[in-house]
Amino acid sequence: MKKELKFVVNGQTYDLWIEPKTVLVQVLRDELGLKGTKRSCDSGSCCACTVLLNGKAVKSCSILALQANGKEILTVEGLANGTQLHPIQEAFLDNWAFQCGFCTSGQMMAAKGLLDENPDPAREEIQLAMDGHLCRCTGYNMINEAIQDAAKRLQTQEEQGGAK
Amino acid sequence: MKNIMNNFEYFAPGSLEEALKLLSQYGEDECKIIAGGQSLIILLKQGLITPQYVIDIKGLSELDSISGNEKEGLKIGALTTHRAIEKSPLMQNAFCILAEMEQNVSSVETRNWGTIGGNIAHGDPSGDPAPVMLVLNAKYKLAGAKGERLVEAEDFTSGYFETDIGHDELLTEIQIPAPPPRTGAKFTKFSQLQGDYAIASAAVSMTLDADKKTCADIRIAMGSVAPAPMRAKKAEYLLRGKVITDDLLVEAGRMASEEASPTSDAEISEQYKRELVGTLVTRVGKEAFERAAMA
Ligand SMILES: Cc1cc2nc3c(=O)[nH]c(=O)nc-3n(C[C@H](O)[C@H](O)[C@H](O)COP(=O)(O)OP(=O)(O)OC[C@H]3O[C@@H](n4cnc5c(N)ncnc54)[C@H](O)[C@@H]3O)c2cc1C
Ligand code: FES
Ligand code: FES
Repeated sequence: MKKELKFVVNGQTYDLWIEPKTVLVQVLRDELGLKGTKRSCDSGSCCACTVLLNGKAVKSCSILALQANGKEILTVEGLANGTQLHPIQEAFLDNWAFQCGFCTSGQMMAAKGLLDENPDPAREEIQLAMDGHLCRCTGYNMINEAIQDAAKRLQTQEEQGGAK
Repeated sequence: MKNIMNNFEYFAPGSLEEALKLLSQYGEDECKIIAGGQSLIILLKQGLITPQYVIDIKGLSELDSISGNEKEGLKIGALTTHRAIEKSPLMQNAFCILAEMEQNVSSVETRNWGTIGGNIAHGDPSGDPAPVMLVLNAKYKLAGAKGERLVEAEDFTSGYFETDIGHDELLTEIQIPAPPPRTGAKFTKFSQLQGDYAIASAAVSMTLDADKKTCADIRIAMGSVAPAPMRAKKAEYLLRGKVITDDLLVEAGRMASEEASPTSDAEISEQYKRELVGTLVTRVGKEAFERAAMA
């Protein structure tokens, strides 16, 4: 029997009826067409599917979509401001922090979760916050450097009184 | 992973009372509770369990809190997330073992959503919180239609994924008593990657006499080396009442490793795990001792 799911994704309210067994990543990709969130291991062990739920990084393959009822989700599609990339996205580009890109949306969402909580993380803190994320291409140093760079960009933006 | 999850009827009760009512109605049938789902959803997707009813308790905010202090002990609601424990300012001195343990449970993503109650109720012998609860002498509060009861952490898990929770009961709270003065506690696990499940883990809580050298009381627990988290009682007996020395701690580790009953798996032999857990007991024993002397 389908159940109602009412939630906000990237600032937009959705009201859907879904099977209770549906996991969050299925709704995001298959119902809402937000394919930026990746479904990879589908078993909680790679973090490619990471999104923010009420501001906290979670694995969307390991949450029943109905558990997001009444909650706010941010996916990678909600990072940029129109055509203006988010500083985390810019930093990932400029630091060569991805190759195939499959892990990247999850990495960037976790980075956002971290930087919102801790705007100036040390290298080791970044390592701890990102340790669930598997990347088969890039090597983790560039990702760590991108996040350090993103922290600086966000700080500069803040000092200049910018948005986000 | 192929998702062969079956369809089920889903309930999201708004209160503990309502949840217990649903459990007494459906508990005997093919019914499962979901909290954070970090362990449960994998089992569902693999088709290892096929419940007809799923009761979602994640929204029960009345069970999501941490209270208390070092004088009165701690009360941790079952729906408190791993991350909330890791970050709580109440995890001071003898309780900092809890935050240290949580920091290495899986990844931030799991800790942000998974709950302490779900972890303990799952009864996984390689879970990290259980050995820590054993040395902190914790009690678990279970609530059912017939009322509440308290179970010693030690009596709670009886084997692989087997616990004392009745099918009409919920784990609602973890109670940790105030530590005696001059107590130090430490946990460590050994895993292949940061945040992975433990190959072996050890926790020690030691209380010293006023001389700060003699062990007045000690609890040693080991994870991943038996069908359930276990105490190393012979090793405890060896240390209790003795002046602690490095040699004695090595001997205690050796005894603990004999008490363990690990099994070989595809990657790691029984013998390796046995040696490993002994080393871990010696190591955390020393750190617990040093912490107790400073406390
Ligand atoms: C990739 C990965 C790595 C992990 N690594 C570790 C690790 O290193 N160390 C570690 O300790 N754990 C680890 N875990 C497991 C995880 O920490 C916990 O088991 C998980 O957080 C359980 O909590 P939950 O709220 O998600 O429970 P759920 O998955 O919702 O429930 C687990 C079980 O407990 C039952 N249950 C839940 N809450 C209650 C309750 N209040 N009363 C009665 N029954 C209840 C459910 O019915 C189910 O059977 C890992 C998990 C994943 C996915
Ligand atoms: S797809 Fe969710 S953790 Fe791998
Ligand atoms: S960029 Fe290919 S997996 Fe990370």
